[in-house]
Amino acid sequence: MRRPRHKTGIILAALSALWSGTACAEISASRQAELMHLLVQDCGSCHGLTLKGGLGPALTREALNGKAPIMLREVILHGRPGTPMPPWKSFMSAPEADWLVQVLLEGTADAP
Amino acid sequence: MRLKVLLVSFLVLLVSACATPRGTGDLGVIIERAAGSVQIVETTTRTRLAQIAGLGDLSHASLVYSRDARYAYVFGRDGGLTKVDLLRGRIDKRIVQAGNAIGGAISQDGRLIAVSNYEPGGVKIFTADTLELLADIPAGSGDSQRRSKVVGLVDAPGECFVFSLYDAGEIWIADMHDPRQPQLRKFTHIGKLPYDGTVTPDGRFYIAGLFGEDGLALLDLWQPDKGVRRVLEGYGRGQEPLPVFKMPHMDYWAQAGGNAYVPAVGRSEVLVIDQKDWKEAGRVAVAGQPVFVVARPDGRQVWVNFAPPHNDTIQVIDTLSLAVIRTLKPGKAVLHMEFTPRGEQVWMSVRDENRVDVYDTGTFERVASLPADKPSGIFFTPRAHRISQ
Repeated sequence: MRRPRHKTGIILAALSALWSGTACAEISASRQAELMHLLVQDCGSCHGLTLKGGLGPALTREALNGKAPIMLREVILHGRPGTPMPPWKSFMSAPEADWLVQVLLEGTADAP
Repeated sequence: MRLKVLLVSFLVLLVSACATPRGTGDLGVIIERAAGSVQIVETTTRTRLAQIAGLGDLSHASLVYSRDARYAYVFGRDGGLTKVDLLRGRIDKRIVQAGNAIGGAISQDGRLIAVSNYEPGGVKIFTADTLELLADIPAGSGDSQRRSKVVGLVDAPGECFVFSLYDAGEIWIADMHDPRQPQLRKFTHIGKLPYDGTVTPDGRFYIAGLFGEDGLALLDLWQPDKGVRRVLEGYGRGQEPLPVFKMPHMDYWAQAGGNAYVPAVGRSEVLVIDQKDWKEAGRVAVAGQPVFVVARPDGRQVWVNFAPPHNDTIQVIDTLSLAVIRTLKPGKAVLHMEFTPRGEQVWMSVRDENRVDVYDTGTFERVASLPADKPSGIFFTPRAHRISQ
């Protein structure tokens, strides 16, 4: 995410965060580590440890290219009825789901 | 000349004295899923013999043994098929046969390895000896160009492989008498989203668990003309299922005292089926949604592990009373259990603690613990001699 360089930018960013209600929330380093563990190990059960897919589709940066972040967040939190994708909202908050979406879209967790 | 013969004889003696022969009957393989490695272990003194790396993406990896129980064929998520030599502690042969795979089986005569693939959906058949490709069975349904993911692949008597098509909802039998030209028999409309399958230890009944509806699909392999029928239809009694955070497995048929034990999907229950008439014989309320439901080899107990968030728990069901008699908390993320051949101990992988723990099944005490890197599946060599390992 682009870092604001001056005060106005920071205020604007804060306002937009408040407005969207979820984006840019602080997630502690230890919680980030827990979420990454969940992504690799538990999401990995169906989507593959390298996120290249399994019973569920691939979640690599390439595979998710062009998908709307808000749609991805909704799928993570609420699942996809009629498929094995369950709602993960009891495991994470909406800002945490947003953070995971960002990780996925940036390909941070993809295998080298 | 004579001296040379003597010298050679001496060397041969020396070499054979160094390499003490050993059997494989008390060996096993533990999958280290994140590292892409396996451990070879020995269950008599509970020690690690070797660690072998380079097996690729081992999420959801499983394996089968050669009939001499010397080699393990490891099926990786990334389509890798690796033949591991247990005695030499090294990879004998490795190929990447598909983009995404889920498991495999070895034929009745031990000569063929079958792999079930998600991408491209289908089954591939290889020689067990050299891993040479013999046949490719694409899992397309009817005239549809779309291929289905293949799950629940097992071997069955009569040199057959049986498997289910996840997307299409079909069960296929592949007769492998001519390994290059499998003869297929297809059963359609068997139910929505079969997620796994297994066969009874006598090889007679193939059962597919259904994710898309409450029930199981049953095929009598002795009388395939009778077709697939539904059992335990509507076991959820119309109640909305809970979200499933890990798909259940039907790894090996859990039967005890004439009953079969299977995980309910989306419910915190183990379903008990009377195998005489395939009707519900009871259900056991358990701590969470079951993933593996496995019977101790003598059938006196059934051990169950669970999907998140209850994956730190193991419960033991007494098969006479159908009561939970013990709840254990081995640690975070208990993924798999494997009994020693005659059931006095059970090994379990505790993934997030990086341990494999060994419990006494009589006292329920932990008797040993071995370090392992994010362990998942545990497989002991006596599987080599079971129908559908």
